[in-house]
Amino acid sequence: MKKKLLSVLLVAALAVASVVGCGSTAAESSEAGASGEAAFKIGAIGPTTGGAALYGQAVMNGAQLAVDEINAAGGINGYQIEYKFEDDQHDAEKSVNAYNSLKDWGMQILMGTTTTTPCIAVTDKTAQDGMFQITPSASSTDVIINDNVFQVCFTDPNQGTASAQYIAENKLGTKIGIIYDSSDVYSSGIEATFVKEAEAQNLEVVAIEAFTADSKTDFSTQLQKCQSEGADLLFLPFYYQEASIVLNQANQMGYAPTFFGVDGMDGILSVENFDTTLAEGVMLLTPFAADAKDDATQAFVEKYEAQFGETPSQFAADAYDAIYIIKAVIEAQNLTPDMSVQDLGTAMAEGMTTISVDGLTGEAMTWSADGAVSKAPKAMVIKDGAYAAMD
Amino acid sequence: MSFLTYLINGISLGSVYAIIALGYTMVYGIAKMLNFAHGDVIMIGCYVVFLTMSGQGWSPLVSVTLSVLICTVLGIVIEKIAYKPLRKATSLAVLITAIGVSYFLQNIALLIFGANTKAFTNVVTLPALTLAGGSLVISGTTIVTVLVCIVIMVALSLFVKYTKAGQAMRAVSEDKDAAQLMGINVNGTISLTFAIGSGLAAIAGVLFCSAYPTLSPYTGSMPGIKAFTAAVFGGIGSIPGAFIGGILLGVIEILGRAYISSQLSDAIVFAVLIIVLLVKPTGLLGKKIHEKV
Repeated sequence: MKKKLLSVLLVAALAVASVVGCGSTAAESSEAGASGEAAFKIGAIGPTTGGAALYGQAVMNGAQLAVDEINAAGGINGYQIEYKFEDDQHDAEKSVNAYNSLKDWGMQILMGTTTTTPCIAVTDKTAQDGMFQITPSASSTDVIINDNVFQVCFTDPNQGTASAQYIAENKLGTKIGIIYDSSDVYSSGIEATFVKEAEAQNLEVVAIEAFTADSKTDFSTQLQKCQSEGADLLFLPFYYQEASIVLNQANQMGYAPTFFGVDGMDGILSVENFDTTLAEGVMLLTPFAADAKDDATQAFVEKYEAQFGETPSQFAADAYDAIYIIKAVIEAQNLTPDMSVQDLGTAMAEGMTTISVDGLTGEAMTWSADGAVSKAPKAMVIKDGAYAAMD
Repeated sequence: MSFLTYLINGISLGSVYAIIALGYTMVYGIAKMLNFAHGDVIMIGCYVVFLTMSGQGWSPLVSVTLSVLICTVLGIVIEKIAYKPLRKATSLAVLITAIGVSYFLQNIALLIFGANTKAFTNVVTLPALTLAGGSLVISGTTIVTVLVCIVIMVALSLFVKYTKAGQAMRAVSEDKDAAQLMGINVNGTISLTFAIGSGLAAIAGVLFCSAYPTLSPYTGSMPGIKAFTAAVFGGIGSIPGAFIGGILLGVIEILGRAYISSQLSDAIVFAVLIIVLLVKPTGLLGKKIHEKV
């Protein structure tokens, strides 16, 4: 009997709590809508915990820097930016949850998400809501199938093609081995276009080996096969954690080909306790180099280092650019924060094809209506434990 | 020659699975429960070694010993807090609790150590063995892993067969109530089982992370599942079964990856498991179960 009473009480308490909960959120959002101080509400999503945490943190910080600068200089069209970041742990489901909670907060523009797989899930939601979305770093073409989504980074095909062209032009290797993550859209997307372009460039691909998210600790077999096929250049289109293991295991085996990565390799020098001498000579294509000599990059790097105590990666620069791109398109279209999410979305998507932005990750970046960016990649090599520009 | 290399890699990976599987199998044999938190005890053990060795510069031997001690205590504490109160509950309740403990440990690690992957320093400093004029290289880690696995297997078999505590374990595994009537301390015996299993988990974890040098709060979960598969494969409850199951699983995984498909290796492993269970439902060395009606 006692138990029954307790359960009835609990149910009653829950019911009351849920009603109260609904009431308070409704009140909050209407209040925000009616307040006189209008501001552009930009939400951002990325993994600040979990395996891809470095990217999310970089995006969060890079965007924060841009928001602070813009707000200090008087905002966009005279309106301030309100900025909020949510963690998604590089997980599609958590990312959609993060998106929903940002919408509850009143988000009008989404800068995100940071990584590809969650981004594909979220783009479906933004398309339904007609919200403008610009991702700093999710690079798959699947991300931009909807008209409302734009990219700051290269698409995967672009990365794969550019890598193959770069390797062929500079004669970096004669026999090429590829190891890629077949369970990850980002990695398998780059792999597919790399193979295609390598064929066109007459590069000899001797081994294509895959791994999956469930078996990403042991690469000895894949490396062994590449080695026995005589590969003198290994193309590694995946993220830095796995890359750090690959480098370590290759070293243990005494296998030392040229390693060539893509932008996911960025961050390998920050893995705690990683022996950075193993990464010596690793090459990667990336649009941003922290040691570049132009004024904009140097000012950004200096500010970032002062505020967050580390050298910004490409992801921080992408996010920084993303915020300035949002500013550019809002100013070009002369938009105001009191417009509805959908109207903003439509107007901004239209505006994207007309603007040209000089950013940290590329000069005169322009966008096609499908959402892909056009800019030139830079090749980097790891030298003395730091990234250095090639050529 | 590359076949031999694959085989050796497989045996090395299998040895780690075998050591972890021993923990699963012992706990299942004696307490009749699946301790899904076992894989996460591995991860805690690795963090202890990482922090003391890479952080404080302790010698590998001291850190590994400390790690074994901490995991042993952790195993006992988990058993006392989470499983002992459920001794009389249904096996499903215990199973769910074990999954809960697993998530608890992962999230605690996430909270304390952060999510960033860390590069694990190899604890084995033995040089690699080069055979056949350089075409066959066996790393020091592999040699140590296989040797440690064999030593543990033999020691554990002898312990269970010839010591008083081992006899008590066997008695509890046969019939808990009868063992109690014979004056055996059942709770003490179960605690001892958890202690040994968790201590072994620490050793397995250190060897695993030495061979595949990466450490994150989720490090333990996949090898944990694979080792559980190995335990079922070999016949859960059987110590030699865990050993054979572990080695076979490792070899099948690596050879499957090398000769069939590098992305289907896990599917192949589990397909073999299904076939084995269809033919021998209790696993390779499992005891026949006579259902009491």
